Amino acid sequence: MKTNGHQIDMNETVISIRNLYKSFGEKHVLQGIDLDLHKGENVVVLGRSGTGKSVLIKIIIGLLKPDAGTVNVLGEEVDQLKDAALRALRLKVGFSFQSSALYDSMTVGENLAFPLKRNNREMTKDQIRKTIDIVLDAIGLPETINQMPSELSGGQKKRIGIGRTLILRPEIMLYDEPTAGLDPITSMELNKLIVAVQERFNTSSIIITHDLTCAKEVGDRIAVMDEGKFIRHGSFEEVFSEKDGLIKSFYDYNFIQ
Amino acid sequence: MNSTNGKSDKPVITAKIDGFFLQFYNIAVFIARFFREAFRPPIEWGEFVRQCYQVGYKSLALVTVTGFITGVVFTEQSRPTLSEFGVTAWLPSLVAIAVVRALAPLIAALICAGKVGSSIGAELGSMKVTEQIDAMEVSAINPFRYLVVTRVIAMTVCLPLLMFYNALIGCLGSYFDVHAHEQTSLVSFFDNAFAQITFLDYTTALTKAILYGFTIGIVSCYQGFNASQGTTGVGKAANVSVIVSMFLIFIEEVIIVHVFNSIR
Ligand SMILES: Nc1ncnc2c1ncn2[C@@H]1O[C@H](COP(=O)(O)OP(=O)(O)OP(=O)(O)O)[C@@H](O)[C@H]1O
Ligand SMILES: [Mg+2]
Repeated sequence: MKTNGHQIDMNETVISIRNLYKSFGEKHVLQGIDLDLHKGENVVVLGRSGTGKSVLIKIIIGLLKPDAGTVNVLGEEVDQLKDAALRALRLKVGFSFQSSALYDSMTVGENLAFPLKRNNREMTKDQIRKTIDIVLDAIGLPETINQMPSELSGGQKKRIGIGRTLILRPEIMLYDEPTAGLDPITSMELNKLIVAVQERFNTSSIIITHDLTCAKEVGDRIAVMDEGKFIRHGSFEEVFSEKDGLIKSFYDYNFIQ
Repeated sequence: MNSTNGKSDKPVITAKIDGFFLQFYNIAVFIARFFREAFRPPIEWGEFVRQCYQVGYKSLALVTVTGFITGVVFTEQSRPTLSEFGVTAWLPSLVAIAVVRALAPLIAALICAGKVGSSIGAELGSMKVTEQIDAMEVSAINPFRYLVVTRVIAMTVCLPLLMFYNALIGCLGSYFDVHAHEQTSLVSFFDNAFAQITFLDYTTALTKAILYGFTIGIVSCYQGFNASQGTTGVGKAANVSVIVSMFLIFIEEVIIVHVFNSIR
């Protein structure tokens, strides 16, 4: 299969989630999630605020532990891994936070150097500097290298956040609402960035959003989440062919007709 | 790793009392983790040095001023009693004993708890609620080693230095007062002052300072690292860091004094 000019290998699954449950106290957030991500594929997860999208990808990266079900990432059961193995796996999975989560006591350059230095102790200063330049160039913000995160706009922060994960050359990218809170033009630029990242670094991605333009632009496949379950699943056209209830409200809000 | 342990089981006693004991258990786990991670290379030297600088920078002025004032005031307050017995010559050694045995460790520790403890609590707390700690986790960095180990060791190393510095300034303050009233020279003041201080006194003071430094470091890192979501969580982490540190410092003071007095 081939979409957006990138190659998807349907025979190779990089993330496989089965029957995933997660509650916080009495609050049942995830209630039986199944999801597969194939190599080279962009899956978009759509859903209202508070349905548990962020919880889902935090479980994938092992920040939260599931109550039941299995999460297999690149052949490893995430919740069974010991510290060292989990760290090794995390090197292969990039995670872009909804809040960007830049280290606010460091400049942009230091933000990027921080994970790089600590995971590649043998790298020289020159090599680090070069790698930072490459990544900043890829995300289109080479001029911000000496700025502090507090001096950046929301969209710039999001880009740097993405850059900070790209610097470790992940095989999988998890984006938590990359376009939330951004104007339409900046959103479009971020969509382009996500597609460009995928083509350049050959990643597979899960993208969480409630922005349908983003879903349409970058998603090869779309899963719609409601009350802790996926209620629709398929290509953009398939998911939105039949508009009822939640799907309709979502669609109407995004594309006022 | 697990930022919430979504426990919803029925409380054993009451939820409040359960939480109180759970807190102790969690701190014990936190301390155990500190010792497990502290001796594992690589050490974050850059961050450690930066933290030492922060501890010194934040508290040096206050430690200097309070040390000096304590010395002066203690001398002034002790003089009438001593002069009643005609032994104002004991002033230097009395002040030195008071400062080294009791005042300097407490003063340095309380100042650090207030200035450094609160800022560690607030800093780590805000890193926690803005997901910066999670961001380290996901980029395969051990945030505990980078943030907690460096800060706790920096506090443990720097507080003894600040304590001895505070003692010295206290004696200096006392000297100025004694010099003004009794015309004692600097050399004979310090000769007198330190003649009465034993090796055990220094050991006690050092033990206290190390323990207090460790306490402040662990308590404030624990509070920051486990801050609840939202900006109120940050304020609370800073606040609770100070209160709990000070409380524990006084308890430790009592215990150490008893233990060392039984040795004496
Ligand atoms: N650490 C936590 N402790 C307790 N409850 C939590 C925690 N994390 C998430 N929740 C709860 O889980 C639910 C889902 O949260 P989540 O952040 O996954 O929503 P979301 O789908 O990402 O929403 P949004 O689009 O607003 O980001 C929320 O009701 C939230 O209160
Ligand atoms: Mg979210």
